[in-house]
Amino acid sequence: MRVDDQVQLLACIPHLRRYARALLADAHLADDLVQDTLERACWKLSFWQRRSGLRAWTFSIMHNLFVDRLRSDRLRAERPLDEAALDMLAAPAQHDRLELRDVDRVLQRLPVEQRSVLLLVAVEELSYEDVARILEIPVGTVMSRLSRAREAMRGRLGSTIEARREPLQRVK
Amino acid sequence: MTSQPISEADLHAWADERLAPARRAAVEAWLADHPDDHARVDDWRRDARLLRRALAQVAEQAMPPRLALPAPQSRLAPFAPMAALLLVAAVGAGVGWTARDRTAARSTIDAFAQRAAVAHVVYTPDMRRPVEVGAEQEQQLLTWLSKRLGDGVEAPALQPLGYRLVGGRLLPGEHHPVAQFMYEDAQAHRLTLYVSREVRADAAEPARFRFASAEGVHTFYWVDGRFGYAISAEADKTRLLEVAHAVHDQLDPPK
Repeated sequence: MRVDDQVQLLACIPHLRRYARALLADAHLADDLVQDTLERACWKLSFWQRRSGLRAWTFSIMHNLFVDRLRSDRLRAERPLDEAALDMLAAPAQHDRLELRDVDRVLQRLPVEQRSVLLLVAVEELSYEDVARILEIPVGTVMSRLSRAREAMRGRLGSTIEARREPLQRVK
Repeated sequence: MTSQPISEADLHAWADERLAPARRAAVEAWLADHPDDHARVDDWRRDARLLRRALAQVAEQAMPPRLALPAPQSRLAPFAPMAALLLVAAVGAGVGWTARDRTAARSTIDAFAQRAAVAHVVYTPDMRRPVEVGAEQEQQLLTWLSKRLGDGVEAPALQPLGYRLVGGRLLPGEHHPVAQFMYEDAQAHRLTLYVSREVRADAAEPARFRFASAEGVHTFYWVDGRFGYAISAEADKTRLLEVAHAVHDQLDPPK
């Protein structure tokens, strides 16, 4: 493996972990997916034709593995939240911040095809063209899923913070 | 400037800061006249910010050891480049290398020193291929590293202190590559010099040595106007300080 590619591949790991974690709402599953993605990326690196950046390419690999798993039903994206893992990973609760578990709860309410587009655009900050390539859909479809995702999410994250600020006044 | 109507795609592109200045101005003018849509895209931006902040901790965490170390039966085990890649991250986790540490006020250069120590621990035990390019190709090594770092790097001569150059390699820094030189003494004890352009001093500051120690690895480190330098070894601290002085005098001679 060329050193430059090794350097860049290492730099992809935190991004891949973040996306997998947000997509799956489960730290162990996410890390399994990342590990398999890295293995495959290393093996396929000599075939990478450099049409897109390395990061977008590794995200494509991850997406393909994710889809394969969904199909084979070894992994269901809508699993119940892995509370123990979330507790381990979440930073100490700050009352004006979103916790990871809040994000999981809100994201899991989105259909997976909207969730993936939203995460790749808003969190991974990939271009619409790269997202289209990664997900193997037209750019127009990326934009329409993005619209639906953003409308569905709208206000939910903010209201979670509001609710946390005034726990005693929250009425169930 | 443009007669193209504002589309939903434009609104997304505005929220995601992907518009060229002329188009951005047109969209902003349109949003000023359409407060409901303005509120909508503001919410999009706010949600994106909240998501990024909440998820930042995942990107910044140290790699869990489970992820980073390939299983013994893994078909990857003979695949050295992948193993090296993951091992760097794993050892980083072991010595407490996380971006959270890096966010403390004084810690950019301390994080740099931590990375140097990690790299030392990862590569010095390797007997088969401790370096990418050996000392017998020193000139090519220096040319290559200098090109990648974007400034001339040299390998200081440490024979007077009992260390011979083994060779060097390129490693990932925070955003750009860094150089690592490896030296060895007659007892095969190894020392590494880690050089990075990512930490540099303001020209005005005089270089001063800092020291860190973790997991039995001592590191002296300093910055000058061109590079940051870190010398790591398991050696006795006094001896290491001598080496640090020698390196500093050769690479950054007193004026």
